[in-house]
Amino acid sequence: MKKVINKPESVAQETIEGFMYAYKNSHKKLENVNGITRKDLKDKVAVVIGGGSGHEPLFLGFVGEGLADGVALGNVFAAPTPNTIQEVAKAADSGKGVLFIYGNYAGDVLNFDMAVEMLEMEDVDSRTVRVSDDVASAPVERKEDRRGIAGDVFVIKIAGAAAEKGKSLDEVFEVTQKACDQTYSIGVALSPGTIPDSGEPTFTLADDEMELGMGIHGEPGMERTKIMKADKLVDRLMDTLLKESNVREGDEVSVLVNGLGSTTLMELFIANRRVARVLEEKGVNVYDMDVNSYCTTQEMGGFSITLLKLDDELKELHDATANSPYYKK
Amino acid sequence: MNVEAQTVNLSVAQVKEMFLYVGKQIIENKPLLTEVDSAIGDGDHGIGMSVGFSKAEEDLSQKECKSINDIFKTIGMSMINSMGGASGVIFGTLFTGGVKKLDAKETLDLQLMADIFEKSLEAIKTRGKASLGDKTMIDALEPAVEGLKESADKPVSLLEGLKNAEEKAAEGVESSKEYVAKFGRAKSLGERAIGHQDAGATTIWIIFKSMREWLEGSAANE
Repeated sequence: MKKVINKPESVAQETIEGFMYAYKNSHKKLENVNGITRKDLKDKVAVVIGGGSGHEPLFLGFVGEGLADGVALGNVFAAPTPNTIQEVAKAADSGKGVLFIYGNYAGDVLNFDMAVEMLEMEDVDSRTVRVSDDVASAPVERKEDRRGIAGDVFVIKIAGAAAEKGKSLDEVFEVTQKACDQTYSIGVALSPGTIPDSGEPTFTLADDEMELGMGIHGEPGMERTKIMKADKLVDRLMDTLLKESNVREGDEVSVLVNGLGSTTLMELFIANRRVARVLEEKGVNVYDMDVNSYCTTQEMGGFSITLLKLDDELKELHDATANSPYYKK
Repeated sequence: MNVEAQTVNLSVAQVKEMFLYVGKQIIENKPLLTEVDSAIGDGDHGIGMSVGFSKAEEDLSQKECKSINDIFKTIGMSMINSMGGASGVIFGTLFTGGVKKLDAKETLDLQLMADIFEKSLEAIKTRGKASLGDKTMIDALEPAVEGLKESADKPVSLLEGLKNAEEKAAEGVESSKEYVAKFGRAKSLGERAIGHQDAGATTIWIIFKSMREWLEGSAANE
């Protein structure tokens, strides 16, 4: 795959440098590590997010008012290092503690846990929420094994809003964990993305095939099938999503239809149209819909559907003001 | 048995040279590691390892290491602080875990090597919560450590010990093909991961193989 890059090993760093030229008025780059914070940090619980590069605008684009206060970035598809996480947390902490949010992947867990150990020695309080929304990655009995995909967006949004309201670390943690527990996603891949270094696709799919439930790094999904028309595909995905979530008739949800990189907004709207109709048929009330590409995998083709099951508390936080380079509310 | 070979003690400078050589070999094997990882992971293992060993080389050449402990710790921290991903912490722990709370040592013999890697193995298992048969680097490291321990008990020369460890690591890589992955991106593959070797285990094998090669080379030069 042809890519606009220089040296493969500098991809993450140069991404951040480019970002900083664009957002120097609102954001601050930390020295020596691939970490960024808001410039106008407030006296409140700090929300720190992070993960591998290559999923832009996640996580880089979600630092701002009502969202995250800092982001720790790793190399392409690789977790950030413990010292990066530690530096970002220290820079963002106002003394009220830090809430970490990241996708539930082995590498992220190891590095964030190690950073937490290091921070404890420096008396920085922290709590952690691991986003685990991908219903295709494990059954509900093993929710702790589920991967985090586009559901990150909802969880970060809720945490940011709760922190902005001046809630305590424990309170921000509680409501964010609740949001995480009520967030369910499923994805489908039509074509692979590529890792910039190798230029090779991360998996292969025949021209007439798609993989249901595939992960954002190309982790295998539940089933490889022949390509289907959009409506039939959405019906299949929604069927699994509703079965594997606890969203039921009469519930109220916020929906995110997220493109994986190369799928166009036109296609996403076509999918979203069907998502809305399926939910309507099932008697699930749609409070809000967002159609965007937030959590991508380079030029991977496909999309994911995420449902956040709302209650009054989550709804209020969902509606709160948020403003970052790639997310506004 | 060669009595001289039995008593081989590597100096701090020699151990440093040995690991610089190991790092070079890992970096040279980047395409192999990428290929192995692409089959069941996301293909970035080779890149990560290469980043880690390049940083270790940079830090080792800038730092004056006074003990074997310093060398292991420098390599480990370079990896943890540069690689990210699961491999950063796990392979970093391979080097930092074994020298934690160890008195400063100025020579490395087979017994010490066995002791260090045995402690590393335990530290990695605690941190990563994986065991033998989970299709991780432990599938090569645990047998390699067994090889070192057996050899140190006999005892044989450091070279013989490393040969033994290398052989056991290679068998471990082979066995890893039969396992279903319990961690990482390959986890969701289930049975489909069978038939593919683990990339982390492959790296462990290269590390022991390179130590053996370096020792053979340096012995030949003397």
